[in-house]
Amino acid sequence: MTPLTGCLLVSSLLFAVGLAGALTRRNTILVLVGIELMLNAANLNFVAFWRFGHHAGPSTGVIFGLFSIGVAAAEAAVGLALILAVYRHAKTTDLSQLTGRPQ
Amino acid sequence: MRPMSAAFLILAVVTLVGACAAMMLRGLVHCALALAVAFAGIGTLYLSLGAQFLGLAQLLVYVGAIAVLIVFVILLTRGGDSDSPPLAPAALPITGILVAMALFAVLAWAVLHSFAMHPSGQPASPVTVRQLGTDLMAGYVFPLEVIGLMLTAALIGAVIVAMKEKQGTQ
Amino acid sequence: MLDQVFVLLKHWLLGYSPAAIQPAVSILLTIVPILLVFPVLFALTTVLERKGLGRIQNRYGPNRVGFFGILQPLADALKSLTKEDIVPASADRAVHFLAPLVLLAVAFLPYAVLPIGRNMIAANLDAGVLFFFAIGAISELSVFMAGWSSRNKYSLLGAMRAVAQMISYEVPLLLSSIAVIMATGSLSTVEIVEKQAGFSGIFPHWYVLTPWGFAGFILFMISATAETNRSPFDLPEGESEIIAGYYIEYSGFKFALFFLGEYLGMFAISGLGITLFLGGWGAPLPFLTWIPSWIWFFAKLLGLIIGFIWVRGTLPRLRMDQLMSFAWKFMLPMALVIVVAAGAWRFLPLGLTRWLVSVAFIAVAYVLLARGVETRNKTAKRIYRFAE
Repeated sequence: MTPLTGCLLVSSLLFAVGLAGALTRRNTILVLVGIELMLNAANLNFVAFWRFGHHAGPSTGVIFGLFSIGVAAAEAAVGLALILAVYRHAKTTDLSQLTGRPQ
Repeated sequence: MRPMSAAFLILAVVTLVGACAAMMLRGLVHCALALAVAFAGIGTLYLSLGAQFLGLAQLLVYVGAIAVLIVFVILLTRGGDSDSPPLAPAALPITGILVAMALFAVLAWAVLHSFAMHPSGQPASPVTVRQLGTDLMAGYVFPLEVIGLMLTAALIGAVIVAMKEKQGTQ
Repeated sequence: MLDQVFVLLKHWLLGYSPAAIQPAVSILLTIVPILLVFPVLFALTTVLERKGLGRIQNRYGPNRVGFFGILQPLADALKSLTKEDIVPASADRAVHFLAPLVLLAVAFLPYAVLPIGRNMIAANLDAGVLFFFAIGAISELSVFMAGWSSRNKYSLLGAMRAVAQMISYEVPLLLSSIAVIMATGSLSTVEIVEKQAGFSGIFPHWYVLTPWGFAGFILFMISATAETNRSPFDLPEGESEIIAGYYIEYSGFKFALFFLGEYLGMFAISGLGITLFLGGWGAPLPFLTWIPSWIWFFAKLLGLIIGFIWVRGTLPRLRMDQLMSFAWKFMLPMALVIVVAAGAWRFLPLGLTRWLVSVAFIAVAYVLLARGVETRNKTAKRIYRFAE
């Protein structure tokens, strides 16, 4: 088991945990939390390949990770603003009550 | 630094425990705090892999800003004091968990059986901040400007979406 | 020779330890002095603050315990150690217990990147200033943990206010240090101090003696006061407002840990201000360089602490909305203008031109912004009503 394999397994496990949470939890904020975990797992992949793999430029992986962090921050801000707006309208953050289908 | 060392294992375990706790705990604020632990673990993993600027930026942005933002929104949507049951009713959770486990199985198989998994000859030289700055300004200047525009758009958009309407349309 | 006495002491002690454990001993010898010196400085500062505030308010400070009250910290420590540790029944025990620990851990970490003397830095990171700000950002979470876990409306309110304040004032803090980083060309604290080490005539090359550096230093110090929740920005923890804000429900030793964490944060951010603007461990005049570098660092630190105490005793507290509008409407544009002025300073040729251009940028921006913020909150003329 090379170090690269170890890092990739950790990031896959992190991705799977984030996916499980995003699919199962009922609260919208926790779905966003799962999405953030998935983004972080992908970032970890970038850094692992930068460190151990064949790399294009000397700092490509790090720059990718930096831009990914920026995009994730923007997306988290907009997503949370949306959750606030939906809460103000529907008075709840429970996904099962927001789908519009009668339970 | 030998990467499969004890430090890497401890950090990986802390991160994964934090992530699992973030997805499984009952109280919302506990989930957010566990998420902050997971983010900090990932940041420290970056630091141990030699990406110093990225690790510190991860700590600053994710733990210092995004985790705090999530906590704020939890409190603003009254998630802190109500004790709603966390998991969805009966049949649904197992499907999600099965899907995630299947995905992890496929990814792990791909990782373990891939032929590109031998490390290259030279380890990556730790990239200095000066080099990052030069690269950003010389090679990646277009994505830099685009991400500036995107962050501005996201900022304005988030403020407008979350703003209370002056004449309330109910 | 006296300058390097601690470095030589460390190498001498390292020579006595067996080679197998030398890395561990080296780390210990670097960390233990930090862990000892700054809490002792904290103890001295509590006495200094109480006597100083007392004198400003025309009264004696504590003067019962020891000569001029100098042993007061011992009495305080004994009191906080022997007080009963009360945890509210409905409080969240795990988070309530962890909050002071997290705060303390996060309060000690920034000292690793402060150069206390020549060759005396714990970790010469390539991105030292970023490390400092990243750790400072983590401390906001511990403040929130303390306030939320107490299950007390007032403590939660204090915690939210404190976090909002810390986030808002982080932006001018970062922007004013970006001006310094731009002028230096590096994020490493050691390089920033070395860049300010020369003398031209009688004046040192400190950044505070340039127009953008002076304005940046003032902005940095105001943001530092707000970041550490010191008066006049201590609404989240003001004693007369919200009793103790987010640490109401803490008693005894945990309260002492919070206090320690707050003061350590104050010292760390003053240390960063000294590193960025005041030339770190450099002497102010060329004929004073024989005084050891670490003495200069601590002298400047003491000066800044006295400044903090003086401001606390003099200025009234800011209201929350005044605080926030000050940060976003005045300090953020001012910090951006300072970055522009620093750029102008760097690229214009030496001489009168660059002084005039820098000062013009900053003065015009200051006048416009101050006018802009002022006309927003026009208060009515005060009417006095006396008893007839």
